[in-house]
Amino acid sequence: MREEGTLRVKTGLAEMLKGGVIMDVTSADQARIAEEAGACAVMALERVPADIRKEGGVARMADPEKIVEIQETVSIPVMAKARIGHFVEAQILEALDVDYIDESEVLTPADESHHINKWKFKVPFVCGATGLGEALRRINEGAAMIRTKGEAGTGNVVEAVRHMRTIMGEIRSLSSMNEDELFRAAKDYQAPYELVAWVAEHGALPVVNFSAGGIATPADAALMMQLGADGVFVGSGIFKSADPSARAKAIVEATTHYQDPSALARVSRGLGDAMPGLEIGAMRPEELIQHRGW
Amino acid sequence: MLCDLRSSFSIVAGSALPVVAGVGGSKPERLAEERPRIGVLALQGAFREHLRMLAELGAPAREVRVPGDLEGLEGLVIPGGESTTMGLLMETGGLLAPLREFVVKHPVLGTCAGLIMLARETVDGEQPLLGVMDVTVRRNAFGRQNRSFEGSVELSLNPDSCEGFHGIFIRAPWVERAGPDVEVIARLDDRIVGVRQDRMIGVAFHPELGHDTRLHAYFLESVAAVRR
Repeated sequence: MREEGTLRVKTGLAEMLKGGVIMDVTSADQARIAEEAGACAVMALERVPADIRKEGGVARMADPEKIVEIQETVSIPVMAKARIGHFVEAQILEALDVDYIDESEVLTPADESHHINKWKFKVPFVCGATGLGEALRRINEGAAMIRTKGEAGTGNVVEAVRHMRTIMGEIRSLSSMNEDELFRAAKDYQAPYELVAWVAEHGALPVVNFSAGGIATPADAALMMQLGADGVFVGSGIFKSADPSARAKAIVEATTHYQDPSALARVSRGLGDAMPGLEIGAMRPEELIQHRGW
Repeated sequence: MLCDLRSSFSIVAGSALPVVAGVGGSKPERLAEERPRIGVLALQGAFREHLRMLAELGAPAREVRVPGDLEGLEGLVIPGGESTTMGLLMETGGLLAPLREFVVKHPVLGTCAGLIMLARETVDGEQPLLGVMDVTVRRNAFGRQNRSFEGSVELSLNPDSCEGFHGIFIRAPWVERAGPDVEVIARLDDRIVGVRQDRMIGVAFHPELGHDTRLHAYFLESVAAVRR
């Protein structure tokens, strides 16, 4: 008897990715570079977030042709993004046998009030969150992995830090609450009481939590790990830098040796220019994509 | 048989409790009953789950990231994760040679990617391996994530026993070829999913994601046996 698509199998793959770096790639060549640099998975997409930001227009699921090409090139897990609420894109990605679907705010949302019902799928989902309530709502909808959103395509880690600190702080505060307060917290977080109580008891999310959105250097990756991330997603940070291969390797090493400053100093040397990056404070509110998702 | 094994280990672990150690702690024979010094390779993957399971069995373990972390250890767990990532990090971190030297001398338990790292070769392609076990493994043999599953494994840790073990298989490998010195300890539908050679144990599934501690207890028993 074999049972496929169980919650344990879905969350289990995320457990195996921990301590690793998941890299955005837009071609088979980039996927090969990522794998050779030690990525624990790749995210196949049409354009990296920095280009989506620059070029504008509706950002959709990647061309299946491209996804298959990447799957045929690498042996590590291949993830792909679907638009928030676009369950047919998710059905297509499942039919393509991708290893994980990212229901992502980086793409243009397809539904402004409903996320995908992720329980209906055998393939596991990762979803973005800016705080604990959002993370628990996604888990309640069937997400088997969470990533803090940060602000994708900026090369600026400040929002990633804000979201990770928010979630970790909210978890710590739940842990000190009594039952009466937990009932109240569940209402505030708009999340089921059972999930809130679980987090309070265990002092952790019930699924793996990666960091994303703005990581551009080995130091950024180690910063997010020290703040409590289980691993990191790097989007534009690698292939928008001067030397993607060297930077990718350095970020992989930094994510493993995140507690060792001398190792971080060694891997950070001579990587060439990082992606230019954007100042969040100078952006118009409508340019921020972290507010997509509800 | 297995239950005996488990209870015999818990006696070893129980005697290491501080309250017992305080009584006659200076006698030389007490040293032999100290907690086993176990390491879990922590380059990437599900190492925390192994640490938790070992702690539950009374053997709190240490994370191993650099060659120096291996010093004084009596046993090592190589966890699941991405074997290409782990292999590259072993290579860049100068861990391949020290790990090879360690695992031929001491008990080691490899799960999933850990099994791949122990293997002499993989069917598909080149990647850095420890290459210490005479087996050929096929990576992602059962398929992509949609084919990941939970299922019952036939486990025989002793020649005269065969028991069920609930196995969690995630993009799991299987053993395609096992050399003459390799003993098959786990099967799933005639596929080899667990092997032992000398003091090395490798399984294709993830006992650390469940609550069944038999394989970890078995590994700790082989650490205890070396000490005796």
